[in-house]
Amino acid sequence: MFGSLTNFESLFEEFRRMEQQMDQLFGSGTQPPAIRSVARGTFPPINVGAAADGIDVYLFAAGLDPKSIELNIQRNLLTVAGERQVPVNENATYYRQERFSGPFRRVIALPEDVDPDRVEAKYRDGVLQITTRRRESAKPRQITIA
Amino acid sequence: MSDKQEVSKRDSTEIERTDRDSSFVMLPPADVFEDAEGITLQLDIPGVAKDRLNLQANKNTLLIEGTARIEMPQGMEALYADVRSTLYRRSFVLSDELETDKTEANLKDGVLTVRIPKRAELRPRRIEVRAG
Repeated sequence: MFGSLTNFESLFEEFRRMEQQMDQLFGSGTQPPAIRSVARGTFPPINVGAAADGIDVYLFAAGLDPKSIELNIQRNLLTVAGERQVPVNENATYYRQERFSGPFRRVIALPEDVDPDRVEAKYRDGVLQITTRRRESAKPRQITIA
Repeated sequence: MSDKQEVSKRDSTEIERTDRDSSFVMLPPADVFEDAEGITLQLDIPGVAKDRLNLQANKNTLLIEGTARIEMPQGMEALYADVRSTLYRRSFVLSDELETDKTEANLKDGVLTVRIPKRAELRPRRIEVRAG
């Protein structure tokens, strides 16, 4: 009758299996996070992509006034700051308030070879796309053999 | 019995996750509020343009679906990604007093606003209290 309570071996098996599943989902967890990394779910979500000639940063920040976005680069440190004010309707009953409201600031450490003088940014459909270029000397170059 | 169902459900989401771009669905954050005239929903769906938004309101359900289009140079590799999919989907069960035929929607800078009015005859009426 109490077989399932005394059979610890299979219980530990079960835990081990769950741990493995978690590791598969969230990475091995052995790599410590970067010093400027933030907790999951921080506004706005960011993607960073690398190509041969540059690095692109995408901020998924809907409902911003592009003029209010403050964008700075110092060497390879990119800082994006701004504020999103979601107006609250005083006469309404709120069932859900999941959208971020308030000031935000994120610092993104780009690779060292980014040229801080050639950075462009555009805001479309709620996505801020920042395009950077690598310094000429850092680009992979084909060397011709004489 | 119910344990088994849980496990099989979890397995299927894992399969969805490995096939990132095509089938992993993101749940966009939403604000939902109600006033005397109707219900308003606001959702953040950054990257979705008007032509890639699918909004369906039938008698019972409101379905919001959108695909984000992100301009990316060829051969780009992800160094870091908070957003691992391009598909947003969220649905809500509606109630009888809402007039879904008169649903209005507006998409601006990745914020979708949906307004569903209440039937006029079902709007709350203020009841006068007379001093006797």
